[in-house]
Amino acid sequence: MLNGAGATFPYPIYAKWADAYNKVTGLKLNYQSIGSGGGISQIKAKTVDFGASDAPLTADELDEAGLVQFPLVMGGVVPVVSIDGVAAGQLKLDPAALADVFLGKIQKWNDKKIQELNPDVKLPDTEISVVHRADGSGTTWIFTNYLDKVSPEWHEKVGTGKAVEWPIGIGGKGNEGVAAYVQRVNGSIGYVEFAYALQNAMAHVQLKNKDGHFVAPTIESFQAAAESAGWKSAPGFYMVLTEQPGAGSWPITGASFILVHKEQADPALAKQMLEFFDWCFVHGAPMAKELQYVPMPDAVAELVRGMWRTQIASPAGAPVWQ
Amino acid sequence: MAVASSSRRGDRIYRGVAAAAGIGVALIALGVGVSLVASSWPSIREFGLSFLVTDRWSPVTEQFGALSSVYGTLVSTVIALVLAVPLSLVIALFLVELAPPWLARPVGAAIELLAAVPSIIYGMWGLFVFAPFMAEHVQPALKGALGFLPLFEGPPMGIGMLTAGIILALMVLPFVTAVMRDVFTMVPPVVKEASYGMGSTTWETTRKVTVRYGFSGLIGAVFLGLGRAVGETMAVTFVIGNSHDISVSLNAAGNSIASTLANEFTEASEPMYLSALVELGLVLFLITVIIQVGAQIWIGRTVKRAGGGL
Repeated sequence: MLNGAGATFPYPIYAKWADAYNKVTGLKLNYQSIGSGGGISQIKAKTVDFGASDAPLTADELDEAGLVQFPLVMGGVVPVVSIDGVAAGQLKLDPAALADVFLGKIQKWNDKKIQELNPDVKLPDTEISVVHRADGSGTTWIFTNYLDKVSPEWHEKVGTGKAVEWPIGIGGKGNEGVAAYVQRVNGSIGYVEFAYALQNAMAHVQLKNKDGHFVAPTIESFQAAAESAGWKSAPGFYMVLTEQPGAGSWPITGASFILVHKEQADPALAKQMLEFFDWCFVHGAPMAKELQYVPMPDAVAELVRGMWRTQIASPAGAPVWQ
Repeated sequence: MAVASSSRRGDRIYRGVAAAAGIGVALIALGVGVSLVASSWPSIREFGLSFLVTDRWSPVTEQFGALSSVYGTLVSTVIALVLAVPLSLVIALFLVELAPPWLARPVGAAIELLAAVPSIIYGMWGLFVFAPFMAEHVQPALKGALGFLPLFEGPPMGIGMLTAGIILALMVLPFVTAVMRDVFTMVPPVVKEASYGMGSTTWETTRKVTVRYGFSGLIGAVFLGLGRAVGETMAVTFVIGNSHDISVSLNAAGNSIASTLANEFTEASEPMYLSALVELGLVLFLITVIIQVGAQIWIGRTVKRAGGGL
């Protein structure tokens, strides 16, 4: 029996993997999706075997707590809109326009800045209603991290966080809350996880990425962002996948991380745990894609295994993974 | 002699158990208070009294003020009670004094059923059913009729302080009604018969005898509802809009202490953030204590003046 707790964002895929793995090996996994913050504090308190977080810890934070982290799966965050007369996927935004909307500086959909990006779309003279998450969430962390990177003013006024001081807008609880408000209020814009946008058939926008191309959110464009990322040179796997280079990269992509202790009091259990994660890397990709998550590239999985070999050990110092 | 000594022993045991339970409750309440103060100490030291009078709530820069949450808690509770208490009183009186038994029983059961509905259900219903109704019908109508007041400014989004207050009213209504009904049924028939015997009408008997006799019980019912409204988390979180800005408009999004805690507690990993959230909990605890103590003092005075049986 393995116990894990943390991020809600990857919960559906973790549950699916655990179920499939249980059928193969009989190992039971109990994952409580209590939020990234809860996952971090529970692994620090050693009440669970692993924690999960959508926001990576820095190398210093990891060292202080005696933890290591690695990415297990990725996903995308998608701005969604409902504007009368604008079809799904039609609206194009660049980073500056998106940031200005969420800063409250652009207040109408037919604002010059938005209209210039969309010469072929007739935008209505409707007020923009901004919808954000009310609860602290990894999704918000990824989204604000992106705005923080692309907008100096956002960086100055708001910053990155799982909960931030929103300059404008109303808060919905969970993805479902944001989705409900956006679907109902004409002229609204919000952000949800990609799977959620798909399930609810919500109108996503196209975003201009770092290389200057407009891209739509798809599994392929998330994967492109992941492949362009420099995992090798990221100490402690501290890597945020927002605003990555690459012609086809979706700019608001994020990885979900697993946290485990370097020193494993029960090496046998630790080995079982790493075997499960290894199985996820090797066999988990089709299931992940089914649920609109992006599996980790093989090269990253190999880097992770290398880290396991050198960093995770029994109290006597014997490596757990060989 | 044997009988007397065993009954005396029974008395002693009974007294001991009852005293332990009673003191235990007081100790638990004290313990809650002490641990809240201990956990919120970093935040108390950092922000002092400014915590209560600023509305800046910025987890990123770790600037915290409780004002918007306190404001939202008080406003949503007041809306809930203003709507629920008169309605509860009328329903309870109807059930006890006017309704025929074949109607009183199913209506009474329906009210108790409403009390058993979990708050998350009220929240989901509020978000998916009631909020659209508010947006399409109630808020535009209010804006049309009373739009000159700042109370009804802003776009009708269906959510906000007013919607939260109405949902809260629906949630406390069954509690308040059930207690009021029990209070009215406990008014001795003999008192009412005496009133009728003196030639009073039903209305006069209800107003001057039944309501007055059960007055302290009625106040108890109101405070039970108040306690529930002040601390309600889930349902409010879904419909209040969750904004840390203070707005006079009841159509605007706001938040309450309970909704802020429900939203932000799970993801708060930084010590100062967590401490500020616990301090919010402490503020809610103190508000509840002040309301309860104030109510007790007020009831004590009023009952002496008005007279009452229960």
